[in-house]
Amino acid sequence: MSEPEILLELKGLSKSWKEFRIRNVSLEIRRGEYFVVMGPTGAGKTLLLQLIAGIHRPDSGRIILDGIDVTDLPPERRNVGYVPQNYALFPHMTAGENIAYGLRVRGYSKGEADEVVGEISRRLGIEELLDRRVSTLSGGEQQRIALARALAIKPKLLLLDEPLSALDAETREEIREYLRDIRRALGFTAIHVTHDFVEAADLGDRMAVMFGGEILQVGKPIDVMNNPRSEVVASFTGIKNLFRGRVVGRVGELAEIDVGGARIYALTKRGGEVSVAVRPESIIVTLEPVKTSARNLLKGVIREISEKPPLVSLKVEAGIEFTVYVTRNAVEDLNLKEGKNVYLAFKASDVTVF
Amino acid sequence: MRKIEGLFLTFSAVGSVAILILLVPMILAPLMTDPTQLAEALMDSEISRALSTTFAGASLATLLALIFGVPLAYVMARKDFAFKGLLESLLNIPLTIPHSVAGILVLLAYHSRSSIGSILSNLGIVIEDTLWGIVLAMFFVSSPILISSARAGFSMIDENLEHVARTLGASHYKTFLTVTLPLSLKAIASGAVLTWARAVSEVGALLIVAPYPKSIALLVIERFEAFGLSSAIPITVILLAMSLAIVLILNCVLGR
Repeated sequence: MSEPEILLELKGLSKSWKEFRIRNVSLEIRRGEYFVVMGPTGAGKTLLLQLIAGIHRPDSGRIILDGIDVTDLPPERRNVGYVPQNYALFPHMTAGENIAYGLRVRGYSKGEADEVVGEISRRLGIEELLDRRVSTLSGGEQQRIALARALAIKPKLLLLDEPLSALDAETREEIREYLRDIRRALGFTAIHVTHDFVEAADLGDRMAVMFGGEILQVGKPIDVMNNPRSEVVASFTGIKNLFRGRVVGRVGELAEIDVGGARIYALTKRGGEVSVAVRPESIIVTLEPVKTSARNLLKGVIREISEKPPLVSLKVEAGIEFTVYVTRNAVEDLNLKEGKNVYLAFKASDVTVF
Repeated sequence: MRKIEGLFLTFSAVGSVAILILLVPMILAPLMTDPTQLAEALMDSEISRALSTTFAGASLATLLALIFGVPLAYVMARKDFAFKGLLESLLNIPLTIPHSVAGILVLLAYHSRSSIGSILSNLGIVIEDTLWGIVLAMFFVSSPILISSARAGFSMIDENLEHVARTLGASHYKTFLTVTLPLSLKAIASGAVLTWARAVSEVGALLIVAPYPKSIALLVIERFEAFGLSSAIPITVILLAMSLAIVLILNCVLGR
């Protein structure tokens, strides 16, 4: 008999805890799916994950995991892997002991646990970190160990709470690729919580937009972006400066991407057809082609200036049309006007490729 | 040469007065001790009996504080409940009242003819003039130190560590033993050392509840009253040396 397609079913889940709320959340997560829950800070995303993990009990509603009602089961009887935002690695253990913890408390002998730890660390490429103290690991390394620890118990479901938010731009990109790779290699079901639509669009098979403790819309990221069902959803998913492009070359770690004739450099290992996004607030406007650490420098002309309090929004034609947010002071200092020639500069690490 | 800032210079000069007031008696007592008298004191059976009574009482009081206080500290650190603030204030009262008053309170509640005391008597536990009385009085005045230290230790631990441990398959008890306890051990150990030291130094409550068997602090008072200052010095020096050892142990525990 084949396994049912639905792995997790949330039925009318509600919970009030401190200042957070979950209101009547119903959701179905398919087996093998990478599901992203996106919403602003305070939307109740972490609380939702903690309800699924069993850390909190819902005030009402049921949680059905793999056909079993786990609503009243404690976390240790759910077999759900949980990686909190701060990774929560045990500071009194080495990285290897952290990964082995779940196995040891489940009764594995040291030898058996070591075998599993060896296997998972080989697959996740973290073998050289196993003897290190947690305090000596970088953010990206801690993230990998936390993932390995959660995956070592072969959970039915992996819960990731803002796994990229504590990382710098470069490591974020690296871990995003890493998540994609290990997901392909290990094929787990995951719920990934984020406030970033680009993350959702890149990683999610499907996504839910959450606001004020409620699920506003569920669907494929592209559908949610193209057909937002409400103003609120549209405001979260509206990506500016999203382009289709093609990787045409490499300069060291950088990919050279052709986007409608313009060349954009980004930190990515991807090749072929890609989507490229640059946040409007990451772009610097100058009048001269000044030398900065930013790898991307494009010449353009201002087509439109509009107010976006407290900022000012510029539409700049540079082969492709960019939206750029600048301060009112910058507009005055640089005497920015429609029709004026400007240069746009942004770092390769500020370009998201997916 | 690096110039010292004016404020630090002034404050150091003023602070030196405190150092002088504190250190002079501690230095003077050993200097004024006759080595022969000190050697006699070390051989004095009454002193060694008083020391062992005191250490036994303080160790048992600390053990009881660990057994009953650590679980209480954990609940107080992790759970909100009705009248928690009131309970916190009440638990700190033994640290703030005069210790003779603490002795009166203990005697009143647990003397052998009181309702609780009579139950204890039936179990063979009488507090008047027994080691049990010493333990109970010491527990009353010193256990709040351990409770508040352990509680602070538990509060410092990120609750996510416990949450993750449980999702990985550890029961709540196992999580406490393998994650929470190892991470709060330093706070609990330093609380235990301070609790023990506070119990050793107790006088007031013991005078009321159980002046016998004689504890060391009471013996110092008795020798001073009966034979004058000089005969109290050797015991004082012994206790001073022990206190120094405790401070060193504490620093070791805290990893300084």
